[in-house]
Amino acid sequence: MTDDTLMTPREPQLIALNVNGEQHEVITEARRTLVDVLRHELRLTGTHVGCEHGICGACTVLVDDRPVRACLMFAAQAEGARIRTVESLADGNRLSDLQRAFGEHHALQCGFCTPGFLMLAEGFLAERPEATKEEIREVVAANMCRCTGYQTIVEAIDACATARRRACARACPSKED
Amino acid sequence: MTPQESGRPLVGRSVPRREDRRLVSGRGRFVDDIALPGMLHAQFVRSTVAHGEIMSLDLSAVRRVPGVVAAFSADDLAIGDITAQLARPRSQFVPTAMPVLARDKVRYVGEPLAIVVGLDAYAAEDGLEAARVEYAPLPPVLGEETALADDAVLVHDEAARNTLVDVSLFATDGIDDIFDAAHRVVEVDVTTGRQNALPLETRGAVAHWDDREEQLLLQTCTQVPHQVRTVASRCLRLDERAVRVVVPDMGGGFGQKCVVGREEIAAAAAALRLGRPVKWIEDRKDALSASFLAREQHYRARAAFDTDGRILALDADVVCDMGAYSCYPFTAGIEPLMASAEMPGVYKVPAYRVRGRAITTNKAPTAPYRGVSRPQYVMVVERLFERAARELGLDPVEIRRRNVITDFPYTGVNDITYDPGSYLESLNLCERVVRDEGWYDTRTAAAAEGRHIGIGYACFSERTGYGSSAFAQRKMQVVPGFDISEVRMDTSGAVTVTTGTMSHGQSHETTMAQIVADALGLDIARVRLHQGDTDRVTYGWGTFASRSITVGGSAVRLAAERLGDKLRAIAAALWDTEPEQVELAGGQVCRRGGDGARDVLTHQEIAEVAYLRADLLPKDIEPGLTATATFDVFNDGTFSNATHGVVVELHQDTGQVEILRYVCVEDCGVAIHPQVVEGQCRGGIAQGIAGALYEEVTYDAAGEPSATSFMDYKVPTAQEIPEVSVHHLETPCAFTATGAKGAGEGGTIGAPAAVLNAVNDALRPTGTELDHTPITPQTVHRALNPEPVP
Repeated sequence: MTDDTLMTPREPQLIALNVNGEQHEVITEARRTLVDVLRHELRLTGTHVGCEHGICGACTVLVDDRPVRACLMFAAQAEGARIRTVESLADGNRLSDLQRAFGEHHALQCGFCTPGFLMLAEGFLAERPEATKEEIREVVAANMCRCTGYQTIVEAIDACATARRRACARACPSKED
Repeated sequence: MTPQESGRPLVGRSVPRREDRRLVSGRGRFVDDIALPGMLHAQFVRSTVAHGEIMSLDLSAVRRVPGVVAAFSADDLAIGDITAQLARPRSQFVPTAMPVLARDKVRYVGEPLAIVVGLDAYAAEDGLEAARVEYAPLPPVLGEETALADDAVLVHDEAARNTLVDVSLFATDGIDDIFDAAHRVVEVDVTTGRQNALPLETRGAVAHWDDREEQLLLQTCTQVPHQVRTVASRCLRLDERAVRVVVPDMGGGFGQKCVVGREEIAAAAAALRLGRPVKWIEDRKDALSASFLAREQHYRARAAFDTDGRILALDADVVCDMGAYSCYPFTAGIEPLMASAEMPGVYKVPAYRVRGRAITTNKAPTAPYRGVSRPQYVMVVERLFERAARELGLDPVEIRRRNVITDFPYTGVNDITYDPGSYLESLNLCERVVRDEGWYDTRTAAAAEGRHIGIGYACFSERTGYGSSAFAQRKMQVVPGFDISEVRMDTSGAVTVTTGTMSHGQSHETTMAQIVADALGLDIARVRLHQGDTDRVTYGWGTFASRSITVGGSAVRLAAERLGDKLRAIAAALWDTEPEQVELAGGQVCRRGGDGARDVLTHQEIAEVAYLRADLLPKDIEPGLTATATFDVFNDGTFSNATHGVVVELHQDTGQVEILRYVCVEDCGVAIHPQVVEGQCRGGIAQGIAGALYEEVTYDAAGEPSATSFMDYKVPTAQEIPEVSVHHLETPCAFTATGAKGAGEGGTIGAPAAVLNAVNDALRPTGTELDHTPITPQTVHRALNPEPVP
């Protein structure tokens, strides 16, 4: 890297982000994190900031389908990737099965950590649709919740996974054999 | 037909939560989600020393940092102090002022000295680094021994021996003789670590002056909006009318947000000075080290027992380390006064003596935290019973059975009258569940294999429904307790209800709507709650002490019933019948005719008459459809109760405490929404386990806090928190309009005692007993693997 490519943290740069299927161009400082750009530049405030050091998981979003901490990534690093936030889960006013499961199981109280858990689960179940409840509990341990004691979050994700498997089994009867 | 249309009440049923749709969609609006045109961002210059005089504070370089718009010290802003008061003689309470920004002295690492305002939070943070502060350091006062020494350095000059509160509330005559003559006296020396309530959303506020309303609009995440308004108006010298506090969605509070924070007031002051909106969002480092902490207490207690294991007397000395300042409105008295008044708990204690002290030290100040002293004193009393059981050769559950209150109402030695509860029933049921699941056999079998499995219980009550009289007994100068609710129906027949309580996760939008929908026979979808807005809500004391459904919910119910009376009166006039013949149910207004005929109107039709055809109203009925009610509790409050049973295994090689089973039997009277009650239990238990096993803020010799990130502050995750089975008992409360008792704090109150008892049960063969929380793996490992005697 030559000297003239080095930028001071305050120097604005133009970056392009693909978020929830839409292309955005943002002029922002190189030092701004992905979560700050999503929240404050794009006004997608569903993703929350809980610790800014990668432990609590409130800022979890999907980057190329994998859950990542949006507080540990500079926005510029996400150029060229497909980013998904909690705002993408519902189809218009129709909540997704995962979102409904959270409500049905009382998997949220204050709701602050909820988008992070939803995106964590969305990414995980896409990768491991056959996950057991124990595996789900292990993954849920990646994020912090201060209200629920976690049990209902695990139950909601497990119920959603189970329902998806049932639906899949009905749709593809040959697989049952 | 929906269940509600069939006339079944909504109260008692786990209906879908009103809050969920927006929260699972990312459409909640938390304080950091607010963006206003021209908004600036604030950060605070904070003290890096625990104790010292401020020799100089130079902000000139800060103001030159690119992106910084302004920087203000205490002198620049010249705003009033926050001073919490108790109406007690000086021998019992020493008031101390908490300046919004430190002026002459700093008293803890993290204390705010100046507010830096930048174009964004990054720029404000850049500015912090350019602040130049010179201190003349003073020796930090960091522990009880140092604080209480005769020649102690003083944190506040006015508080001799660093004592803010010193009360001896109860002293039964002849108690020493009882101890002298007792069959057995047991003692414990219990200490509990300093904790952070740790709402996942840190504190924060957005302030701006609204020219059109001639008002400061302070949007802040607080559990007590009206109290923040009072303090803001006084510190900023504005009429209360000229301050509007609005609370958006709140990401938890747990008590940390039920006191007034200095930063929210400073942000408001900066916004007024700059004439632009100012946002302050606390970062996690500040939230961990410099926001309100809790729980650091020391109990020296003893209890006298007769040969049958009946308790004869309880004697306790309580010292609470409140940190550098007294919080508003509760003061440093909150913890020692709670412990002193309520320590006998669910047990028939005939003689009682207690001294409670609050000391001030160079640590971050404390606020109430879910449970307030009860997690500690329940642990102390439960430890005393466990120890007595061991020494008397009794079963730990049996000794509790012999001592719990069973005849109600019961007036205790602490001058508190307990309303009916299920203390014995909950204890018996909890033990039965644990026994039926075979855990006693498992424990025996494990012991034979050299494994360490222990079973522990905690039986306790949670005093809730504190009304004005209960808080007045505490001699608070600002006396919380009552609540006001207004229910307003519009011309379409839809209803808006206000409450002075403020939900930060407790589902008020749903539970309050259930209460209103039942009272008016209205579809719940047509009820909307307003909370957390001092302009919309007449007055209220906010949410703490599990008072929302007991007090706030009762006001809501009474107001809704009054509005229902008016609806019936109007319908009766239209039908030329008596109001008693009119029924509100199933989304309709019906006339019960003797001839089987059934007239039906909609709520909308009545509402249209009340507003749009007032000419049809009888003279004695005023147009419009609003009703207001105030609710207060005039006795000693109400007591929800529970028993927790825990099975743990201690791991020989790692010292890890693994929770194998957790059973909770709770009784909060009428449960408005059982799923919400279970959620409160489970969440509370998780925080209680956190206090028992994981979380602690310690300070080094210089007064630097140990926990400034989640690398150091161990918040338990789904891997540490077990599944909890919750069993309900229901003893309806006669003192609240809802029949409910509070349900918010019990989980946190019971868990530390139950876990500590279980660990000590597992440690029994080693002869070691632990009396400090958090119980660290190191402690357990040492107990299980004692050094060989040389």
